[in-house]
Amino acid sequence: MINIRNIHKSYTNGQNNLHVLKGINLDIEEGEMISIMGPSGSGKSTLLNIFGILDNYDQGEYLLDGKKIQHLNERKAALLRNRMLGFVFQSFNLVSFKNAMENVALPLYYQKVPRRKRNKIALEYLDRLGLKDWAHHLPSELSGGQKQRVAIARALITNPKVILADEPTGALDSVTSQEMMDLLTEINKTGITMIIVTHELDIARRTQKTIRIIDGMIQEIVVNEGGSQKSEGRSEVRSNVIASEAKQTKYEVGRDFESKEYEKVA
Amino acid sequence: MFELDKWQEIYSTVRKNKLRTFLTGFAVAWGIFMLIILLGSGKGLENGVTDQFRGGANNGIWISSGMTSKEFKGLQAGRRIRFTNEDYNLLKASVRDHEYLSSRMFLGNIITSYKNEYGSFYLSPCHPDYGYIKEVEMIHGRFLNNLDINEFRKVAVIGEKVKQDLFKGADSIAMEKYININGVLFKVIGVFRDFGRDDSEQRRIYIPISTAQRVFSGQNVISQISMTTGDASVEEVDMMVDQTRNLLAKRHTFDTEDQRAVSIWNKSEDFRRFQGLFMGIRLFIWIVGIGTIIAGIVGVSNIMMISVKERTKEIGVRKALGATPFSIVSLILREAIVITGFSGYIGLVLGIGLLEIISGNLPETDFFKSPEANFSIAVGATILLIVAGTLAGLFPARKAARIKPIEALRDE
Repeated sequence: MINIRNIHKSYTNGQNNLHVLKGINLDIEEGEMISIMGPSGSGKSTLLNIFGILDNYDQGEYLLDGKKIQHLNERKAALLRNRMLGFVFQSFNLVSFKNAMENVALPLYYQKVPRRKRNKIALEYLDRLGLKDWAHHLPSELSGGQKQRVAIARALITNPKVILADEPTGALDSVTSQEMMDLLTEINKTGITMIIVTHELDIARRTQKTIRIIDGMIQEIVVNEGGSQKSEGRSEVRSNVIASEAKQTKYEVGRDFESKEYEKVA
Repeated sequence: MFELDKWQEIYSTVRKNKLRTFLTGFAVAWGIFMLIILLGSGKGLENGVTDQFRGGANNGIWISSGMTSKEFKGLQAGRRIRFTNEDYNLLKASVRDHEYLSSRMFLGNIITSYKNEYGSFYLSPCHPDYGYIKEVEMIHGRFLNNLDINEFRKVAVIGEKVKQDLFKGADSIAMEKYININGVLFKVIGVFRDFGRDDSEQRRIYIPISTAQRVFSGQNVISQISMTTGDASVEEVDMMVDQTRNLLAKRHTFDTEDQRAVSIWNKSEDFRRFQGLFMGIRLFIWIVGIGTIIAGIVGVSNIMMISVKERTKEIGVRKALGATPFSIVSLILREAIVITGFSGYIGLVLGIGLLEIISGNLPETDFFKSPEANFSIAVGATILLIVAGTLAGLFPARKAARIKPIEALRDE
């Protein structure tokens, strides 16, 4: 679904040239659920933005569903985002003066779906996420978990191939976070590829693979045994290939690094 | 353009920011309101002054005799100049390009009666051309003609007020009746209306000048000569004035520089001067008005700018969800146009309303009469509003379109 080869990205700020991504190679299969971890400034959000066609890259190659993504004008990028991708953000990013239903329906507005029809579809999605009774509430009247579920419904409504979640549980308490992960896992089972940027280990643990980025490079790729039930074999094979490219030893480093937490959570 | 959806989108944002929208709109409404009031007042002033010019063709030249004020060729100053029929004939034969030409006698108010009804009316002996120069409008019958002059006919053309005063009740038909003017009977051959500035223009009786000379003065003296210049250009009119002065100076032997021997009032010159003045006033009003509106536009633009800044995140989200730059630009632009258009329209209606009230209640004075904003001003103002709205939205919209979703969505 997503294939990137040797992606480089730098930001120029005055005279400083900040090299954020230093040659990332990664293949994400359709239907996979992966997490990206790394300290702040490691480039994980930049990578997600490149996946989301919100940012461009300087060097390398990015294939989304087999299509090369490069030098797109804003209009084409907007169309691709609208059709292919769903976004979930840490701060939910709901439009404050629109009610839950209108927020969910917004992507369909940009597909020129008639108002009545898109509101109906939005209600169906809210119903599926257990928020039907809250459809006419403004975001300010919803709890954090509810807001994030509205955001997820909004990401789902265009039936995207990939959902990109940037710290989706960052603003939620631990119980709600786990519920959210249950939901995302369930959505992933319908075949939607899921990429989650997080800094919480127990969130990352629930994905099939965790990609650890440090200083603009993939340091390791960890296959989470207890993660989302998926054909483990394939993930492992893919991970092997990529990990070797990233000249990282898998498992060993990861275990040493985080074994205690893994055991505790498990 | 007219998709309901987009309007609903704007309506929902406007509704959520009522106070801001109101304050923004107020600036524009005020601008348009002031423009309409200014234009209306200017029009009122123009109407009032233009009215002063009524009661005669605007291209008229009026020549009156006076007293010499300079010695000339041994003749002393203070000599009275008298026009006679020869002057009339001379000008008629010699002044190039004149359109209508008539002489007049000043006889003042004369007691006139019909049966038992009496009145004092201004008697004005003249030539047939005077009807054109004075732009009288015939309601019944005809004005004087050349036969009346040549045959010294005792005929009269009376004003509407004269008719109302003399012909009452069963005798309300004036045509073909004989009225007694200072003891001489004249047959009424026409009734006219004059849109001159006041009633006195309607309280007039025109009779052939030849008859008047024979009946009332027994001389060939005339008091005033007037003519119209047709569609002659400004330079041609000036030449006609000069030519007239030279002809009369030569005939009556006075200095052509002596302005008081013969006074020539070139109405078209005055008219032109006033037209220039009003052009200036109108220009000034538009400049002031547009200045006020520009202040409004800057206000709208400024507030839209802040609005775009406030909504950076929202716009970022919209973009992430698939909004194209064009849809963002059109969202902001439409909002600006809707706010300026709607509030401007309110200002327009209020302004015109106030003008109507003023127009209905303010007593008319000589120099201010029925202020109004006409249709073309309303159309102009509407076009101005749409342009203004577009201008107001342009910069904010461009700013909005440049927002990068990643920057907008950054959690800080």
